[in-house]
Amino acid sequence: MDKYDVAVIGAGVTGCAVAMYLCRSEVSVIVLEKEEDVCSGTSKANSGIVHAGYDARPGTLKARMNVRGSKLIEELSETLDFPYRNNGSLVLCFDEAGMPRLKELYDRGIKNGVDGIEILTGEQVRQKESAVSDEVIAALWAPTAGIVCPFGMTAAFAENAAANGAQFRFLEEVTGIVRDGEGGFVIRTDRGEFFARNVVNAAGVYADRFHNMMRSQKISITPRRGEYVLLDKQAGDLVSSTVFQLPGPYGKGVLVTPTVHGNLLVGPNAEDIEDKEDTTTTSEGMEDIKTKALRSVPGIPYNLTITSFAGLRAHGQDYDFILGEAEENPGFFEAAAISSPGLSSAPAIGEYIAGLVVSRNGYKPKTDYIGTRKGFTDVSRLSAEERSRLIREHPEYGRIVCRCENVTEGQILEAIRRTPGARSLDGIKRRVRQGMGRCQSGFCTPAAMKILSDELGIPMEKITKNRPGSELLRGDTDGVS
Amino acid sequence: MEYRDVVIIGGGPAGLAAALSARRNGVEDILIIERDERLGGILNQCIHNGFGLHTFKEELTGPEYAGRYINMAEAEGIPYKLNTMVTSVTPGREVTYINPSEGEVTVKAGAVILAMGCRERPRGALNVPGSRPAGIYTAGTAQRLINIEGLSVGRKVVILGSGDIGLIMARRLTWEGAEVKVVAELMPYSGGLKRNIVQCLDDFGIPLKLSHTVVRIHGKERVTGVTIAQVDAGRKPVPGTEEYYECDTLLLSCGLLPENELTSSAGIGINRVTGGAFVNDRLETSAEGIFACGNVLHVHDLVDYVSEEAELAGLSAAEFVKRGKEACAEHGEALCLKAGEGIRYTIPNTVDPVNMADKVTVRFRVSDVYRDKQLVILYGGKEHRRIKKRIMSPGEMEQVTIGKDTIPEGISDITIRVED
Repeated sequence: MDKYDVAVIGAGVTGCAVAMYLCRSEVSVIVLEKEEDVCSGTSKANSGIVHAGYDARPGTLKARMNVRGSKLIEELSETLDFPYRNNGSLVLCFDEAGMPRLKELYDRGIKNGVDGIEILTGEQVRQKESAVSDEVIAALWAPTAGIVCPFGMTAAFAENAAANGAQFRFLEEVTGIVRDGEGGFVIRTDRGEFFARNVVNAAGVYADRFHNMMRSQKISITPRRGEYVLLDKQAGDLVSSTVFQLPGPYGKGVLVTPTVHGNLLVGPNAEDIEDKEDTTTTSEGMEDIKTKALRSVPGIPYNLTITSFAGLRAHGQDYDFILGEAEENPGFFEAAAISSPGLSSAPAIGEYIAGLVVSRNGYKPKTDYIGTRKGFTDVSRLSAEERSRLIREHPEYGRIVCRCENVTEGQILEAIRRTPGARSLDGIKRRVRQGMGRCQSGFCTPAAMKILSDELGIPMEKITKNRPGSELLRGDTDGVS
Repeated sequence: MEYRDVVIIGGGPAGLAAALSARRNGVEDILIIERDERLGGILNQCIHNGFGLHTFKEELTGPEYAGRYINMAEAEGIPYKLNTMVTSVTPGREVTYINPSEGEVTVKAGAVILAMGCRERPRGALNVPGSRPAGIYTAGTAQRLINIEGLSVGRKVVILGSGDIGLIMARRLTWEGAEVKVVAELMPYSGGLKRNIVQCLDDFGIPLKLSHTVVRIHGKERVTGVTIAQVDAGRKPVPGTEEYYECDTLLLSCGLLPENELTSSAGIGINRVTGGAFVNDRLETSAEGIFACGNVLHVHDLVDYVSEEAELAGLSAAEFVKRGKEACAEHGEALCLKAGEGIRYTIPNTVDPVNMADKVTVRFRVSDVYRDKQLVILYGGKEHRRIKKRIMSPGEMEQVTIGKDTIPEGISDITIRVED
């Protein structure tokens, strides 16, 4: 049986962050993921916001991890080369009745140690963001807030972990954890068994399953669905900062934000559901967020919508994250109930949990630790000179496959050849944005399928959109295989 | 910087016809830039027949029609580049492209002809709620997978939208052994040609449900079914009319969008109705010396008209290049061509009554299905001509001809409208 120092359950942003920080020490790490790629659950579909940290209740783990996490994300975006932009955020207040609540947020921010926050008048807000509604009378401005590509960040963490020795197993679902009688654990999966000295539960909406195997106090994680509408890049500069609404009689409100890739994102609503896989969108939900967002920014051009999607937040019964080691089962660590601000907190959670594991076991720092990683090549962002040089050396970077996002064959090959690399069309799309543009992969699907088929040496019929079962082709195929 | 008299962006039917026309009108130095690995554009995947009835007086398949033009271009020795993507066009006619063998190159053009064609409206723009499984294709993507790659996309199919490619694919999939359960169309009329509804749906007993749409997509990994509902006059689903269809594939054929990102980035004015550039009677855009033709200008119903329109663009570009070397011709005061009641748009948008050709073809689409109505052409508000029409529908392009000698002096606009 394979033996590891640490098994991490879940290759979402939290699991990958834990693995990355663990690999800064002399530790053998295996990451077990039931889907075919990293970032396939909660981490994949969310607002992509790096919250400043004024929203979390003071003194909570959420507050601490958020403030630390947002600092780490900015640093890591440099060393690990993933898309991040410090664009600041506004929380809009529409009436006098909301002012005490806005002030409360401000005070919280101060208590949580958020730098630079201030309350702006309606005029100041519109000077900053001319598209914001005339109804707005004030707003909380948080200059440290940012936006990030959730997949880009997770892939960066995963690649850095892999570069420092972490093993990733995909399409391997953990079915049971038992003590091995020697202080470690036997982890059963749908494909085999592993032995691990320590286990980290970072299973997102499924974290309750593993928690309840190992802890006396049972929990349940409720998937809380949020729907989003994504607009074309033509609408991407409507606002430059992330625009929230102050929670009020209209509900929690929705946000309007640019994405790091230059699109405009509107959403989410919040609906507790039972099915932990149900990321369907509804017409009522989309109407609801679109209407609410117009209250913040009246001129949103919804005719430029390119897609809509839904994500699931891993919502625990209690307010706070569940972080730490199980007293009743030493060696079992948890990062559970990671709802908002989970993305912003991810590296801080990774650093914290890895720190606990390392100090409990006395693992030594790795001397040859690799601290940097090169991001995915974006041919369209290179200078003309750099682009020409790259194409001379590697002609595949001169063959554009995705016309909307100008993604080249070279970039697609890169997505597949990284470790861990893309194994599905979604894996390519999330890494290098092939098919993410306005035609939503109408033109480039056949080409991307062929490249994936050639690279992985599998027939076209086996190419999937994401997990097994999502094969693109169906039925008898005559002619080319 | 390299110079070319005429650079044509796109090697599909529009680009090829424009290139031939430019050559036949005396331009030696021409370059066609094509992003795909072969010339011919979307025609290559349109293996059904029905092309060329006007141009060649015979019925050809798409590849045959393209082949005729490719052969003519080869015979004329017109240079072209394949696997080459234009990444920018400036108003000063500098065209930048990239390809694997040359890297990034910028060419200065005497005249540019935009012939990039169109793309399909994707699911996202339609906002169909539900899950996002595999098995949702635009009709053209499915067409490519089946006809070019020889692959099978699905066995039980529902088609949303009755555009021509969707109709053609209903027949194609049936021939391939798939079961096409229904075609749902949001509008109370089809967006496709009448002959395609007859030959591709009626002949195979495939129901066309007008004023219906997909209200939900089911299935996690792969499509397992869709729910279709009737829509009211405001195109909102009518509760209680939902019907579930089990299927593994949903094809979308919900309209084509001219691909004008390059055009916009060159600062050229775009008509919101067509999604293409505003053009004058020489098919010149708001940028001097940059012309547009084919589906990048407005979506056509028949390729024959694309070729015809592209010939004019090629001629105009040739004249522009020749004129550029002499003195610029005097521009007359342009007349506005207005889309009146019942008309969605016209191409061209303006006519120069002094320098126009003896006859100018005006192409347009109507905004609803009209039976036994008349097309009326007004010069400066005064009726000039009235044409009886038994039937007109938004799925079919209409055209009228305007003679230079019929335009009176002193008017500022020409209007076309539908009347009883």
